Amino acid sequence: MNHAPRNLFCSSVGKKYLMAGTGAAMVLFVIGHMAGNLQMFLGPEAINRYGHFLQSNVELLWPVRLSLLAIISVHIWSAAKLTQENRAARPSAYEQWQPTAASYASRTMLMSGIIVGIFIVYHLLHYTVMVKAVNFAGTDFHSLTDPEHRHDIYRMVVIGFQQPLVSLFYIVGVGLLCLHLSHGMSAMFQSLGWKNRACGPCLDRAARWGAVVIFLGYVSIPISILLRLIQ
Amino acid sequence: MNLTLKVWRQKDARSQGRLETYQAANVLADMSFLEMLDVVNEELIAKGGEPIAFDSDCREGICGTCSMMINGIAHGGLRGTTVCQLHMRHFHDGDTIVIEPWRARAFPVIKDLVTDRGAFDRIIQAGGFVSVNTGGTPDANALPVGKTEADRAMDAAACIGCGACVAACKNASAMLFVSAKVSHLASLPQGRAERERRVLNMVRVMDESGFGNCTVTGSCEAVCPKEISLDFIAQMNREYGQAILKNSGPRQSKGGD
Amino acid sequence: MKLDAKIPSGPLAQKWDRHRFEMKLINPANKRKFDVIVVGTGLAGASAAATLAELGYNVKAFCYQDSPRRAHSIAAQGGINAAKNYQNDGDSIYRLFYDTIKGGDFRAREANVYRLAQVSVNIIDQCVAQGVPFAREYGGLLANRSFGGAQVSRTFYARGQTGQQLLLGAYQALCRQIGLGTVKMFPRAEMLDLVLVNGHAKGIVARDLVTGEISAHAADAVVLATGGYGNVFYLSTNAKGCNVTATWRAYKRGAAFANPCYTQIHPTCIPVSGDHQSKLTLMSESLRNDGRVWVPKKKADNRPPGQIPEEDRDYYLERKYPSFGNLAPRDISSRAAKEVCDEGRGVGPGGRGVYLDFADAIGRIGEGAVRERYGNLFDMYEKITGENAYQRPMRIYPAVHYTMGGLWVDYNMMSTVPGLFVLGEANFSDHGANRLGASALMQGLADGYFVLPYTIGHYFASEKQPKARPDQPEFKKVIAEMETLTKKLLAVNGRRTVNSFHKELGGWLWEKCGMARNESGLKELLQKIPALREEFWKNVKVSGENGELNQNLEHAGRVADFLEFAELLVLDALERRESCGGHFRTEFQTEDGEAKRDDEHFAYVAAWEYAGAGRPPVLNKEPLDYEEVHMSTRSYK
Repeated sequence: MNHAPRNLFCSSVGKKYLMAGTGAAMVLFVIGHMAGNLQMFLGPEAINRYGHFLQSNVELLWPVRLSLLAIISVHIWSAAKLTQENRAARPSAYEQWQPTAASYASRTMLMSGIIVGIFIVYHLLHYTVMVKAVNFAGTDFHSLTDPEHRHDIYRMVVIGFQQPLVSLFYIVGVGLLCLHLSHGMSAMFQSLGWKNRACGPCLDRAARWGAVVIFLGYVSIPISILLRLIQ
Repeated sequence: MNLTLKVWRQKDARSQGRLETYQAANVLADMSFLEMLDVVNEELIAKGGEPIAFDSDCREGICGTCSMMINGIAHGGLRGTTVCQLHMRHFHDGDTIVIEPWRARAFPVIKDLVTDRGAFDRIIQAGGFVSVNTGGTPDANALPVGKTEADRAMDAAACIGCGACVAACKNASAMLFVSAKVSHLASLPQGRAERERRVLNMVRVMDESGFGNCTVTGSCEAVCPKEISLDFIAQMNREYGQAILKNSGPRQSKGGD
Repeated sequence: MKLDAKIPSGPLAQKWDRHRFEMKLINPANKRKFDVIVVGTGLAGASAAATLAELGYNVKAFCYQDSPRRAHSIAAQGGINAAKNYQNDGDSIYRLFYDTIKGGDFRAREANVYRLAQVSVNIIDQCVAQGVPFAREYGGLLANRSFGGAQVSRTFYARGQTGQQLLLGAYQALCRQIGLGTVKMFPRAEMLDLVLVNGHAKGIVARDLVTGEISAHAADAVVLATGGYGNVFYLSTNAKGCNVTATWRAYKRGAAFANPCYTQIHPTCIPVSGDHQSKLTLMSESLRNDGRVWVPKKKADNRPPGQIPEEDRDYYLERKYPSFGNLAPRDISSRAAKEVCDEGRGVGPGGRGVYLDFADAIGRIGEGAVRERYGNLFDMYEKITGENAYQRPMRIYPAVHYTMGGLWVDYNMMSTVPGLFVLGEANFSDHGANRLGASALMQGLADGYFVLPYTIGHYFASEKQPKARPDQPEFKKVIAEMETLTKKLLAVNGRRTVNSFHKELGGWLWEKCGMARNESGLKELLQKIPALREEFWKNVKVSGENGELNQNLEHAGRVADFLEFAELLVLDALERRESCGGHFRTEFQTEDGEAKRDDEHFAYVAAWEYAGAGRPPVLNKEPLDYEEVHMSTRSYK
């Protein structure tokens, strides 16, 4: 007798594996991306060279981009499926309801996830696709080149973040991402079954502090630009 | 003390329900919550009304029968306590108390505050046991079980199957209940022989019953009258993964064996 | 009525073995041709249903709860006895047997008790194999403790949840069979009556508690495992739903009811706090291992316990029973508590309570160690009373806890109605006049796992009865009777609630037929109970209707039966003109207030036979012949 489900990822536990696995992959990306971004503090040369390195290695760039797209699609797909099932699991709502013990982050994973998704779309249009209409600076980011004829990422970012509303949206977006991660980075260990009483509290703390570090790492750039520490 | 109660009244599974308001006068601090409802019911019957239907049996916090949301919290919010052990000294004169049944697709309302938790039984029927017949078992001390393992099994086995975990979960997930049984039996050598089959079958029936999924919010653990740990959910997730990896047995039994 | 206990011949220790050999067997392939109805899914019912299904019988199981896991066996905290002698402290099957007979004040059937002690060892093996998480030592072997009146450590336990864990073991075994389709489970279904065909028990009529539908279920044998009748006292440690209906209806269909006056009062319960009290909560007797029981020496001493100096305290159990002290058996310590309260020295609201003081234990082993041992009980006490027992002594008072009486059964667990088997607390067989601590779980599981599965096969093999069908006239007649009864209850539409009748009946019984009884009080009850019953049928108010979940109607049916049963209980108490175990007649006591048995005249089982409505029941006596032990006076001094 084979007791395994016909499709692992149709089961509730299986879908949570998917959420956790794809979430973990994206956490790694978020950390790598942050490390890349922080080169802004090393000046135009460093960041522009880094950007040129990435963009000139098409064989590397596109597989990574497509993988990320696939991962995020799976993450969204399982989130949608899970949400649908969760909604169906309680067809009539309570007249009165008090969340017990559940952290704000854990209760708002869906909303924070959706807003982060919208933010990512904007972020890609802003700095990757470089749609002029969405940068509110009136500058065509395509036209920015540095003395070595590389794309001048440094100036693009500085110009981009000098728009206070853009920076604000960025800070809010990253903030929500980190709220999402503060729960997600420990919950993924739970979903994968890699948590227990001994390491559980440590993981929870690590996730919260990790989220704070990521938040600070990302928002340090727009804030430094707004404060003219980077120009 | 005098209290205002807003109680969910629903004639049967098919009818629409609504909150009705009742006054509970002269409630004493030493009454249990259910005794307070008994008094309200006695008055309702005397006046020719229909008493509020609610489940209760042992009234000492162990049978798992009593089940109600009090002010939006399963079992009323006193840590490690079922409704029957919640006493009125935790309320104040003039309070308004909202009382609702467990709400989940898998727990349909039968009447008022009474729900059908048969889904829990069906999950256990799918695999929450050790397949031994009566008789022919080895001496109880033949197989030593370390105290740590035995204690962990007991921690999980303490679940009384009341369903508060489902009621409190924003997703109406039964993961805490299912994982408690999976972990209890997987922690003991007697239960290990069929650990893979058990977790796969129990999770399958859990999913089929229409429970939601775990978002690891921890609400279940917080309202659990036996304080079953969220840890067991992680253990079940681990068991499930191992079972998937190991489940390479024959696809069909050959018969004649 | 002829009472044939069918005790096998031969030496005591070989009776069960010999009987097992002599009993007829059913061919494995034929077992599936037999249907068995099991009513009740506590330890006895669930274990029987599961085991019968494993053997190949078709089983239908019924319980009034929403799940078989909720039967009141779960509430047992302390543990389960077994003669394993794992502690090497001199225990043996014989010792467990002797302790049980002696604890039962020599009013139990010797052969049954010996068999119980024999199979006790198998129970532990079975439960461990099922995954029951018994407490263990660091070496990995099972832990034991001594419990309520035993001088050896033979009690196995699973934290404070032994009953729950054992029931879950049986429930899981039952669930496995339900999953395999060999047991059909009917939760939220209450047995209303027994159906006899040609003098044999052939089925039941049950009410679906959700839809109100009253339907018939036919089988080749009926097993009642419906627990005790403690709720006749209204306040008891039983679950709210526990009732006498199944056994009482069986009695009215011809099953003899044995020793109804044997009711056990448990000494360590939380006292009543007021008129609203709906049930009483027991705290494990193990508390008496470390707690000291006392009351003030002076009457109506209202000082807080901490301000009462040592010399003003009366540690009455230690004083009266120096060798057992605070561990004196249940009936003795209960009565002693009543005595001091009757003297006006009781503590707490209404003066019905005594102190159980842990100050010495905390001083000796520390609060941490006390918390380790009894933490959950202290927490429970605080939840209910709002008092911290680490700081001030607990208040305890006796409460009705267990009923030793029940339907009369022979050695095969069969009642005087052929084909009707009765297990666990619902029968009378093993505890005599008083049950020892941690023996109820043992008996329920012994009956269900290891006795009935053999004896029921013997019945099937010896009695070739035609198959019954639920559309037979016998079933239709009982259905019609039950429908009429239900309509009648709903039609009275009087002015008193069901609960008020139950409370009044219970209060009277507790006063006059509780821990101490006397002729005048019992005779008074025999006058008052029929009058109350008459009033019930004229003036009860049952709300709602039949075709729905109607808890008030359920309660009304149960109280109607309690009102009839109470009279039999009192009559039995009146007829038994001696004191023994849980039955204490104030007229029959020694000079220092101990129970005085009368072995010459009362060494028998009183099996009451229903003689029809309005006629006094007939008393049949099964003499208790002791081949192995000598009756001695129980002394715990």
